[in-house]
Amino acid sequence: MARMKFLCDAERCIECNACTTACKNEHEVPWGIQRRRLITVNDGEPGEKSLSVSCMHCTDAPCIAVCPVSCIYQTDLGIVLHDKDICIGCGYCFYACPFGAPQFPKASNFGSRGKMDKCTFCAGGPEADGSETEYRKYGRNRIAEGKLPLCAEVCSTRALLGGDGDVVADIYKERVIRRDYGSGAWGWSTAYYGPNRRS
Amino acid sequence: MLRRKGVSGPSRPRVQVTVTPQGATVDRRTFLRNSGIAVGGVALASSFGPGTLRKAEAAQPAPSSIERRKTICPFCAVGCSIWAEVENGAWIGQEPAFESPVNMGTHCAKGAATRELAIGHRRLKYPTKLVQGRWQRVSWEQAIAEIGDRMLQIREESGPDSVYWLGSAKFSNEAAYLFRKFAALWGTNNVDHQARICHSTTVAGVANSFGYGAMTNSLNDIHNSKSIFLLGGNPAEAHPVSMLHLLRAKETGAKLIVVDPRFTRTAAHADEYVRVRTGTDVAFLWGVLWVILENGWEDKEYLRQRVFGFDDFRKVVADYPPDEVSDITGVPSDQIERVARLVAENRPGTLIWCMGLTQSTIGNNNTRAASIFQLALGNVGRVGGGTNIFRGHDNVQGATDLGVLCHTLPAYYGLTTGAWKHWARVWDVDYEWLKGRFASQDLMEADGIPVSRWFDGALEDKENLEQPDNVRAMVFWGHAPNSQSRGPDVKAGLEKVDLLVVVDPVPTLSAVLADRRDGVYLLPAGSTMEIAGSVTNSQRALQWREKVIEPMFEAKGDYEIMALFAEKLGFAEQLLKHIAVENGEPVPEDILREINRGTWTIGYTGQSPERLKLHMQHQDKFDTTTLLGMSGPVKGEYYGLPWPSWGPPEMKHPGTRNLWDPSLPVAAGGLPFRARWGVEHDGHNLLAEGSFPPGSEIEDGYPEFTYAVLEKLGWHRELTPRERLVIAAVAAGSFEPGMLELSDTTAGRRLREVLEAHAVKSPPPGENGHLGLTEGDSTSGPTGITQTDPLAEAAAQTYEAFTPENIEKGKSGGQDSGTGKADSGGGGEHAGAKMSDGHSFAGKLLRVNWKTDLSGGIQRVAIAHGCAPFGNGKARAVVWNFPDPIPVHREPLYSPRRDLVARYPTYKDRRKYRLPVLYETVQKRDFTRDFPLILTSGRLVEYEGGGDETRSNMWLAELQQEMFAEVNPEDARANGIADGDMIWLSTPETARIRVAAMITRRVGRGTVFLPFHFGGFYQGRDLSEKYPPGTVPYVVGEAANTVATYGYDVVTFMQETKGTLCRIEPA
Repeated sequence: MARMKFLCDAERCIECNACTTACKNEHEVPWGIQRRRLITVNDGEPGEKSLSVSCMHCTDAPCIAVCPVSCIYQTDLGIVLHDKDICIGCGYCFYACPFGAPQFPKASNFGSRGKMDKCTFCAGGPEADGSETEYRKYGRNRIAEGKLPLCAEVCSTRALLGGDGDVVADIYKERVIRRDYGSGAWGWSTAYYGPNRRS
Repeated sequence: MLRRKGVSGPSRPRVQVTVTPQGATVDRRTFLRNSGIAVGGVALASSFGPGTLRKAEAAQPAPSSIERRKTICPFCAVGCSIWAEVENGAWIGQEPAFESPVNMGTHCAKGAATRELAIGHRRLKYPTKLVQGRWQRVSWEQAIAEIGDRMLQIREESGPDSVYWLGSAKFSNEAAYLFRKFAALWGTNNVDHQARICHSTTVAGVANSFGYGAMTNSLNDIHNSKSIFLLGGNPAEAHPVSMLHLLRAKETGAKLIVVDPRFTRTAAHADEYVRVRTGTDVAFLWGVLWVILENGWEDKEYLRQRVFGFDDFRKVVADYPPDEVSDITGVPSDQIERVARLVAENRPGTLIWCMGLTQSTIGNNNTRAASIFQLALGNVGRVGGGTNIFRGHDNVQGATDLGVLCHTLPAYYGLTTGAWKHWARVWDVDYEWLKGRFASQDLMEADGIPVSRWFDGALEDKENLEQPDNVRAMVFWGHAPNSQSRGPDVKAGLEKVDLLVVVDPVPTLSAVLADRRDGVYLLPAGSTMEIAGSVTNSQRALQWREKVIEPMFEAKGDYEIMALFAEKLGFAEQLLKHIAVENGEPVPEDILREINRGTWTIGYTGQSPERLKLHMQHQDKFDTTTLLGMSGPVKGEYYGLPWPSWGPPEMKHPGTRNLWDPSLPVAAGGLPFRARWGVEHDGHNLLAEGSFPPGSEIEDGYPEFTYAVLEKLGWHRELTPRERLVIAAVAAGSFEPGMLELSDTTAGRRLREVLEAHAVKSPPPGENGHLGLTEGDSTSGPTGITQTDPLAEAAAQTYEAFTPENIEKGKSGGQDSGTGKADSGGGGEHAGAKMSDGHSFAGKLLRVNWKTDLSGGIQRVAIAHGCAPFGNGKARAVVWNFPDPIPVHREPLYSPRRDLVARYPTYKDRRKYRLPVLYETVQKRDFTRDFPLILTSGRLVEYEGGGDETRSNMWLAELQQEMFAEVNPEDARANGIADGDMIWLSTPETARIRVAAMITRRVGRGTVFLPFHFGGFYQGRDLSEKYPPGTVPYVVGEAANTVATYGYDVVTFMQETKGTLCRIEPA
């Protein structure tokens, strides 16, 4: 069965932010929350590389391990989702996440950060698929509609791939072999234990 | 109460899923496995092919309550398709259009955020007027009535030229055309749009080198390039989806060379990055070419067959050896040599440029240098080659083609008497009436004032203006004032005019920049998603937009607003004579059909609304590299019928994939270079030598087709009776649109009437009618001219010009000579210019040509014989009618290299476009002591143009919240500036702006960069509170062009924004 994964090809990413605004558009994510964002290293200098980063839906997701109220869970497609009704906004998941994925609507030293929000792989949440409640809390459920995450679907240079992990890996390998440069899928082994330990 | 039309509540999920409750994962898995989506979606990423993704769409049809409408992204000229999902009139979702061969489902930040424009809250919601310093809501009726009355009063007092109609690259083709026609019927050439300040120098330079001033190949064709040479362009930010194609080429081995003063995000992907000093592009190109010529790497056979003047050109390049070029440009000699080797060894190569090349006092030299560079390598007219000029706005190509410009009528016909008569015929208005609309025939045929200097039209002393009075009313229709340089002068101009009208979805900076208390009207226009119509993307392909939603709030579509103004101003009947109006809105399909009937010069004649809609429906059937339709009803046609698509739509010309590619027959989209400059110059042949498209019955160069040429070749017999009637009627001045619909029998009868009215006698039966106008078979021709008729004499003279043996003698009778004034926008078609009233009917008849024959018969017959209607000529390395016939380097007006100013001085001061223009007066002053740094500007991916629309888009605005200046660490240190500090940046003309400093090595030492999308601050002052309530953009900032200084291209008045001087200091 399919195991959903993301991969960002730094040789192709041009930091155009389509993934960010597509996500905003699809889920009407409010100002201040970016479920997906661009990271650039060596900005403005030779060796400049950009990557689109969000929740990677890790195989052994550390956020699930640390959540004190167990509101985070993984679906049979490997997608990491959470229940905002249970979330207490403690922020542990943010510290545990190697990708900085969890976002919080409030910033305050005291009291709650508000309910955690993050990339859902466009798969909604625990509510009924496609329901208005699900939409309001988590955004659209494209997976239930038979579609893939919009960020990957609109990526301007096809740097960001999202879908069945085996297919993603095959595409990337073929691409690297053809162009003969720029291998090493950033974050892939951190999230999914590397190529030899696919789950 | 103010409501958004059609929005019933908050956004809701698009799909009401009835099954798959939580936990029913088997269904979901089964679905994913069986539908092929999981595979298809990512497989697309690998193959770039749209094939597999269609399965996904088929697998999950949208529920019936949701309609899917396809539009084209409203931002840049790549032309990405967007699926809009609309429920109860509200735009609720946006889906990728994988089947589009242009973007294949992809978007940049702007395209992916398009829907915000339909749900956003910062738009201008109703007509608003400034009354004693306060914004007041008014009705459309009141606004149109008051504006109209004021304009008519100004017209009465100062003449029609005192109203300036500034149009937009955001117009659809139909709106652009209607707007140009509107200005003509108002009686002025003071009409222009963004093309003036983005690619006017490209259009002028390239059109005068090759024949047309447009991108030659396509984004998809770049797949075939072995080298990609990018000059002054940053597609990773300005045209991100083009990088889909560029990176594909790179990954299959193409070398990417990026030349830019700034290490752009595109440069980050380059194989070779060249940091060049701003404004030294000609020198750099000549340096590279010097190496190429020195090594004999140029394509000699190509140059012999297809290029004029290359030997003269060699002498100029000889003055630019690598050492000298290195001194001028700052590029090391060894890198110049490396680049030369890269482009020479990796052919075919494409050369791409954007505003880094165009926005310069020598912009036309830059673009011609780039064109000649590609000619030398034999790269023009080749698959994988070409000059791929990326245009900026979504329809800037179309608005340029349709003449929203102060120096030409639609389709580059120019402003000559013949051009006006041509369009009067198409519009079905009386030429004399049209002439009476203008202050004088001279002003009717004189270039207007370009947008780059509209405010000089308002501010300059009347005595210095070549029009009766100053600009007194200014209309900004889809155009913001922060795109024009010299901010303080723009502001003064906005304050000086009596009447300021803004027609736009947002108030724009126009609403707040001027310190005015009255005389300002803001009219809410619908966005591009709120009207239907066609748009032409950078690669000359036309795409049809469906109307996604009705105009929001009280906004109205552009067509309707134009109709309202025309009604008020008294020329609605003429404007809409052959255009139906439904619910107050002129029908875009009818407008396009009128465009099809008149735009013969550039082949906008074949793209009927029906054909364009068919292409949109069958986007999936086009090959994504060749753009050729592979099956179904679009088989054999190129996507979007890229112009020229010759002849009337019924001729089914497939469009032209790559300009100037003689490897295909003309009927299949091939072309030689255009014979636009006559047949000889200074004793040299201007026609191609031994190069011609396959199937050409003339196996050599030939001049453009006129009726006389057809007759000389005996091909005139193939014209149908209707075509003959139209040709004769055009010559006789008695053309009526109804003639295009006549049956052959009726047409034959009418033709005899036309000929008899001009005393053309019938010859004896059986005698060969000289003109053969009435019958295909000359032996049965009942009418014609005998050899003793004066017509024969005229004919004989004309023939002489194009018999090969006489070409050398310098006869160019009836042909475009290219020797007129420096035409500035690819203009100078001089359509029928020779058909002046002094000529006899016979002379006029012979001179009816492929541009003025409204039947399309001349084009049809020429193409049937494998010939290009515009002839088969040579490209020009020497443009003898330009100030620098062969491009040379000239230092910017504000040069940082005073030592080079003496050797590479600018031009003498001169006059053009109704205004004086300064060069040496500005350059002779040395500002380098007080202003030691170079200032340049450019784009950010999140915003576009003046940015009013995109900064009002919350999803985009969030990503880039502050105006900044990029400063090199060494310059920052020298001026005591730390990262994030606020600085004052000032330029020699005393303007200054307060912006945040971003310390980065992206800019070289000595160069400061500003993004140009910001507005809403003016020299340190926040203008936010001046916006009408609820319309202030999410992000405001200083406009870069506030500090942009004086300087205009010598041919087109393109403004210099890429190279001036500045000083920075802590604020």
